[in-house]
Amino acid sequence: METTITINGVARTFDVEPRVLLVDLLRTRAGLTGTHIGCDTTSCGVCTVLLDGRPVKSCTVFAVQAGGREVTTVEGLVKNGELHPIQAAFKEEHGLQCGYCTPAMMLVGTALIERNPDPSDEEVRWAISGNLCRCTGYMNIVKAIQRAASEMRHAAEGSTVG
Amino acid sequence: MTTTEVPKELSTPPEIGGIGHSLKRKEDARFIQGAGNYLDDITLPHMLHMAILRSPVPHARINSIDTSAAQALAGVVAVVTGADLAAHGLAWMPTLSGDTQAVLATDKVRFQGQEVAAVIAESPYIAWDALELIEVDYDQLPPVVDPRQAMAPDAPLIRDDKEGQSDNRCYHWEAGEKEATDRAFAEADTVVALDTHYPRSHPAPLETCGCVADVSPATKHVTIYMTSQAPHAHRTVFALVAGLPEENIRIISPDIGGGFGNKVPVYPGYVVATAASLLIGRPVKWVESRSENLISTGFARDYYMHGALALKRDGKILALRVSMVSDNGAFYADAQPTKFKAGLFHIVTGSYDFPAAHIVTDGAYTNKAPGGVAYRCSFRVTEASYLIERLVQNAAYELGIDPAEIRMRNFIQPEQFPYHSPTGFVYDSGNYPAALKLALEMVGYDDLRREQEAARAEGRLIGIGIASFTEVVGAGHSTDYDILGLKMFDSAELRVHPTGKAILKLGVKAQGQGHETTFAQIVANELGIPANDILVMEGDTDNTPYGLGTYASRSTPVGGAATAVVARQLRDKARKLAAHLLEAAEEDLEWEPGRFFVKGAHDRGVTIQDVAFAAYTNFPEGMEPGLEGVHYYDPPNMTYPFGSYVVVVEVDAGTGQWKVLRMIAVDDCGVRINPMIVEGQIHGGLTEGFAMANMQFITFDEDGNCIGSNFMDYLIPTAWETPRFELGETVTPSPHHPIGAKGVGESATVGSPAAYVNAVVDALAHLGVRNLDMPVLPHKVWAAINEAGARSAT
Amino acid sequence: MYPAMFDYLAPTSVEETLSILAERGDEVKVLAGGQSLIPMMKLRFASPSTLVDIGRLPGLSQIDETDGYLRLGALVRHNDVVDSDLVRRTNHTMSAAAPWIADPVVRNLGTIGGSLAHADPEGDWASVMLACGGEIVATSTSGQRVLPVTEFIVDMFTTMLRPDELLTEVRVPKYHGRAGGAYLKLERKIGDYATAAVATHLELGGDGRIATAGIALTSVAPKNTKAVDAEQLLVGQAPSDELFAEAAELAARASDPKTDVRGPAEYKRDVVRVFVRRGLAKAAELASVA
Repeated sequence: METTITINGVARTFDVEPRVLLVDLLRTRAGLTGTHIGCDTTSCGVCTVLLDGRPVKSCTVFAVQAGGREVTTVEGLVKNGELHPIQAAFKEEHGLQCGYCTPAMMLVGTALIERNPDPSDEEVRWAISGNLCRCTGYMNIVKAIQRAASEMRHAAEGSTVG
Repeated sequence: MTTTEVPKELSTPPEIGGIGHSLKRKEDARFIQGAGNYLDDITLPHMLHMAILRSPVPHARINSIDTSAAQALAGVVAVVTGADLAAHGLAWMPTLSGDTQAVLATDKVRFQGQEVAAVIAESPYIAWDALELIEVDYDQLPPVVDPRQAMAPDAPLIRDDKEGQSDNRCYHWEAGEKEATDRAFAEADTVVALDTHYPRSHPAPLETCGCVADVSPATKHVTIYMTSQAPHAHRTVFALVAGLPEENIRIISPDIGGGFGNKVPVYPGYVVATAASLLIGRPVKWVESRSENLISTGFARDYYMHGALALKRDGKILALRVSMVSDNGAFYADAQPTKFKAGLFHIVTGSYDFPAAHIVTDGAYTNKAPGGVAYRCSFRVTEASYLIERLVQNAAYELGIDPAEIRMRNFIQPEQFPYHSPTGFVYDSGNYPAALKLALEMVGYDDLRREQEAARAEGRLIGIGIASFTEVVGAGHSTDYDILGLKMFDSAELRVHPTGKAILKLGVKAQGQGHETTFAQIVANELGIPANDILVMEGDTDNTPYGLGTYASRSTPVGGAATAVVARQLRDKARKLAAHLLEAAEEDLEWEPGRFFVKGAHDRGVTIQDVAFAAYTNFPEGMEPGLEGVHYYDPPNMTYPFGSYVVVVEVDAGTGQWKVLRMIAVDDCGVRINPMIVEGQIHGGLTEGFAMANMQFITFDEDGNCIGSNFMDYLIPTAWETPRFELGETVTPSPHHPIGAKGVGESATVGSPAAYVNAVVDALAHLGVRNLDMPVLPHKVWAAINEAGARSAT
Repeated sequence: MYPAMFDYLAPTSVEETLSILAERGDEVKVLAGGQSLIPMMKLRFASPSTLVDIGRLPGLSQIDETDGYLRLGALVRHNDVVDSDLVRRTNHTMSAAAPWIADPVVRNLGTIGGSLAHADPEGDWASVMLACGGEIVATSTSGQRVLPVTEFIVDMFTTMLRPDELLTEVRVPKYHGRAGGAYLKLERKIGDYATAAVATHLELGGDGRIATAGIALTSVAPKNTKAVDAEQLLVGQAPSDELFAEAAELAARASDPKTDVRGPAEYKRDVVRVFVRRGLAKAAELASVA
């Protein structure tokens, strides 16, 4: 059946079986392989994308359920060739090692910062507790998200304190 | 013979970014944009998808397999069974430990999850539809899921496929000296014993294993994209197993989403996919599901250990005796050096100076997935380190000596290096008292002990756990170390381009450790070429020198050494070119990072970039053009990183839950190439150690069903449960390593579990509790408290 | 790993949905958030032939208070409850439980209606509803039924919902006077099911004695269970630690846990005892400052 999903700001129409998972549509039909698959019990979260701005596990959503809605993937973070502050922050704080959980962590991070511009260590840990990382031990992921929050706050306030 | 050149402080400026700089990682650019190239991202034209049918039962004869309905499903191209593979001599393959493993089962299935058949179809959805249509008739046999039961005389025979195998023992191995140990035990004032099970664990990297096998029908050239930590070794194994000419096999290991040892073995899926591609003439992709990964691929640990420590009343250790049974699963497929059936377990004397030890171990076949050596274990050093640190802790309680003090009294002292251990290791360097002192200072140990007393008076349960580990990495010298006969050297190939940039090709293969940055930094340190101008390549067997890959923390000790050596060779040649350019004698030149200059005339110099250009445009008569070299490094010894960890916990007496209040980790891995990356490795290892101590394990019920074959049962901690870590460092360089560096990737996984467990035991020690096996789940703590309460009540 | 094929219907109104259920209710499966159903379908533990996706239906996502009830539409997501000031002010047990359901990402899609209709004994909402006197509104082409949750949950994964009915609303009576509640959940990690969990709910009369008591247990019986004997012990009594300890003993006896990888039955029973005592204390504390 046909379904139209706005992916990273662009409306795209696909003909898919209802059973096709959103993550598979993104990876194999929309050419966006930055969203990953890591488990089969909705546990690991590496498939996380934003659906109408809220993090969801795209392996546990049928593509057709996203019809008429907006999906943001990691590929949608870069704007006009510029890295999103969260991407820069993950690099600055060494918030990634193998990179497999990183797109998901960054998207959850942006959603958190949207609701809470100054999250504490505990608040960040709570927000990413649906997303696993095997490499980093989370310390630098938390720092990266807090750093991004700080950068974005200062940009919003118009100051250049970094 | 190479000399150690140990930078005392940063010897290059930040813009060159040599050793010691916390350079931001070059590989990050693609990962933060979702542009990594992981195995499942690879799509080839006309590619097919493979799914594997696995046995639902742990031990059974196969009476028949009916694939007709599956074959008839629209979109299915082929269904392969063990019988099909047997016709091509591929139903069985060698393991890395010299055993054989079924690729697809023929006569019997020997573990739940074993590969039985494979479907190749136009889409993965159709392949999984087809799996449901395959009918297999099993005659179940009694399963054996405990290695001690497996060794009992009446146990069902699991490996009836092996000629001459009449029981379930797969190896017997000893280390150390029995007589000396017995004599020492006879002189002991006290003997402290511990029986403990290091539970079955699994590396579970977030990316599962998989491959895309592409056999060209026209040229018969085989390209296999594979999640491989050791692409060259895998290529050689494929050549031997499949009888394919080795020059026609290319293995490309792309970006890997975590390895931790899980991507070292050769799995049946790789072999079947390759055979399928050969027979069908189209590329075949196989990516396993998480359940498949957990139930069938290389697990870790599952060691039943009995340890006994002989001590004098003042706490001095005299000797150690260990006897163990290891659960190796249905096939002996450990990825470890051939000579050592129990890996490097015999490092078990740890950081302590005592003259005698004796280790006896037997390996057993069971009806479980094959493996045992994996998951950041440094070849079973995790098991060894855990045992000795738990024994020493219990000895402290037994003798009434403070757990930190008893360690200080027994440490190998700095002046004793190189230290010959009673089991044959030669430790290169170490300063154990300094590391422990720093850790104790960081945690405020004396105050903490007072706080613990005060808390106990209020009925609160606070515990302090220490682990002072020494581990051994960097396999390894050719006399002792090989895998399937392949010696464990590693290699580096370096070419400097005319414009002064460089490409470095390596025989190791990162899965997140940051080699594209750290190895560039080694070259930057030697040649003064900015690290950002150096491209690092790994993973493609057609384009890199032969190496044994990345696992057991060997990349820096072996690959890093090869890199430093080849860079120095190029610097030697560069000096000649510089002399030619400056019309001076080589001896009259001095080197500063990136530049040769004439002694006493600092302004008269040439940069490395000038030299590089000259290598192609203006070289002296008779000199070989170019600026390139390759070095294969046979490490003279292992390296011995060490550290001291202190964990503080509080136990909830009502529920048995425990929480880490503080975790202090002092690590010494010699010279740190990139401190930021080293700390990241330690954070990750401390988390995996916490996972094993707190929640993570695979177990089996008495029917042989695997519990822990998905992420609902096999628990990986989230950021919420994971403690916050405070890191410290000491630096004791390795005297035999060209840059004084030791490995570090596994130190924290090796050293930390005992620290966590010691802390929980310490919280309950005043109640008489002396052991809690991992994972220390709340109900175990609850049971221990209740038993102790019951004991004190009677 | 991949679900079997199915037909997919996406009605655009509740009326349209009810027509479908009236005609084909026994052969279709309703898909709300999908966070329980889709994982089962991927592992092929469930292979419904037709899914009716109600996830985008208007009119089922409200949280409001009318007629003495706190009312939540069936499609209210768990995180909507977490974020709701109204719930925080109106029912402590609910606002204590919501953050501990699944994980923060799953909570963006999982729904309270879907969770209750699924009736997993390891699910949290049913215990909250049992403790707080919650009710289910089931709607069909023949009208509406209001069922107390005590009757609604029949057994493991079994409810009173008829094939032609859609669960459209969940509601709890507002507090009468000073009240408080808690939800204590022992899970090995975020996202794990409860080893054991306890919902408590206390309403105090003008004299400070307990007028209404609710205690319900998760994961320690074939279905979410009200600890009725313990509740009855509390009514009419003044709150005290000794009273709560006694009630905790009764509640523990009302549980029927299984020994499994999360621990032996005696352990889980003891956690119930500990959590009931702590949960009642917390409820009483909140009620006293209300």
